[in-house]
Amino acid sequence: MIIKIEGLSYIYNQNTPFEMKALDNVNLVINEGEFIGLIGHTGSGKSTLVQHLNGLIKPTSGKVIVDGMDTSGDKKDLLKIRQKVGLVFQYPEHQLFEETIYKDIAFGPINLGLKEEEVNQRVKKAMESVGLSYEKLKDRSPFELSGGQKRRVAIAGVLAMNPKVLVLDEPTAGLDPRGRDEILGRLKKLYEEENMTIILVSHSMEEIAMLVNRIIVMHKGKVAMDGKTRDIFKEQSKLEELGLGIPQITQFMREYRMKGNQVDDTVITVEEAKNELIKYLRRKGND
Amino acid sequence: MIKNITIGQYFPADTMIHRLDPRIKIIIVFMFIVSLFFITSFYPYLLILAFIMLTIKLAKIPVRYVLKGLKPLMFIIVITFLINIFMTKGEVILEIGPLNITKEGIRQAVFMALRLIFLVIGTSLLTLTTSPISLTDGIEKLLTPLKKVGVPAHELAMMMTIALRFIPTLLEETDKIMKAQMARGADFESGNIINRAKNLVPLLVPLFINAFRRADELATAMEARCYRGGDNRTRMNELKLNRNDILAISISTIFFVSIILTRYIDIRGIL
Repeated sequence: MIIKIEGLSYIYNQNTPFEMKALDNVNLVINEGEFIGLIGHTGSGKSTLVQHLNGLIKPTSGKVIVDGMDTSGDKKDLLKIRQKVGLVFQYPEHQLFEETIYKDIAFGPINLGLKEEEVNQRVKKAMESVGLSYEKLKDRSPFELSGGQKRRVAIAGVLAMNPKVLVLDEPTAGLDPRGRDEILGRLKKLYEEENMTIILVSHSMEEIAMLVNRIIVMHKGKVAMDGKTRDIFKEQSKLEELGLGIPQITQFMREYRMKGNQVDDTVITVEEAKNELIKYLRRKGND
Repeated sequence: MIKNITIGQYFPADTMIHRLDPRIKIIIVFMFIVSLFFITSFYPYLLILAFIMLTIKLAKIPVRYVLKGLKPLMFIIVITFLINIFMTKGEVILEIGPLNITKEGIRQAVFMALRLIFLVIGTSLLTLTTSPISLTDGIEKLLTPLKKVGVPAHELAMMMTIALRFIPTLLEETDKIMKAQMARGADFESGNIINRAKNLVPLLVPLFINAFRRADELATAMEARCYRGGDNRTRMNELKLNRNDILAISISTIFFVSIILTRYIDIRGIL
């Protein structure tokens, strides 16, 4: 287990007329090597929850324990926690500030107090893992890049901290399909090749279905559902009640089955559906 | 931490004070500020305090909430206090090394600190009880007669509306960028002044870039809706004075004129 959340509640603007309960007694355990999809309607508390994971927000009540360290405990632990849990905010390209891409990505490692050589290597590796050419781009200004590239620079800035857990808040929002696929592909690689634990906040059920192996559904500040991807997507009506849905392809297979075709309707990706349909049509042809 | 700033923040409620015409409230606050500078002795401050407490009570704002508005200015207040206490010449009470504390110094320091505190509280009461939109409406209306001498009343009001509108947005954005940089190990809370200023660069650069981008977008959006300045523009809700407004302005005028008069007439003599 790497992150443990116990009885976590958070209230914004406590004791003012703007008071709002954002999280209500959340209990979760996040294990090493999981790829988690965090979904929920707007205002369900996803972003607030995510900011608790590296101590940017301190719980109103309850505890968040990262690798044995309490986020509201010793201040010295905070830097360590933030190094272990890398957080990529929504529209992270809005936080770029340096003259060159190299300097911007190096910001985190330098804050960790690393030596120049180590910083250099980290930047190189981080740029590689997001698919940016170190040689070509390191001295360019981050503001000259396209939206998708800027976002990848920002993600590299977090990766350069060498986190164990990577948390991304809607990393594909507002990108064109190519930029989106590029980022999702890189995430998959990070998970598979670098054994990173990843938590992905997203509104796209297709993205979630394609990548994650566990889904946590938030609703009104509480954990409404938590389970394996396939199991969660079986509960269509419950998801729809919470203002969410299932992947389009699952919807399609379900309706196709209702028309009397004996296909497996628990598939969640297009690839799976293709194989299932081929199998089904062969079976039908043989009969 | 950044969200604790109450200056310029509206405290929504439906009370007598909230319903007053914004023009009346602006004039009252103006009289309040002017009269503060006429005060030369302590007892008028008691009257001012009573006036403020009454307003807070009527507006149903928690006192703690009003006092929170002082926090960001505490530094200035303390500095003013210290300068006054050490720099005023007069009858020496205490000597600390090269510094002298005088009787006059103490009096002056307390006096200035009180004046600053009342200034901040008084003006923040205006913004706490008046929504930004009605506040700028009030300013525009008050400045309209000055249009004849070339004061761009509408433009000023529009600038204020936009500025006020973007305070929460910018605060939110500051909070977000701050957190994003903190997630990368940035430290905004420790170190000496020079280091702290340096550490602000990763915050200020993105903040400015985003603000310019937003300004650009807003200008385009306004043009797309045919904004051509305020000429011939009509309003859905015209400001109208009612009995309460007249009552409030009359009472306040009498009150503040009396406060100003305390400078010239010794009330204790009359009593």
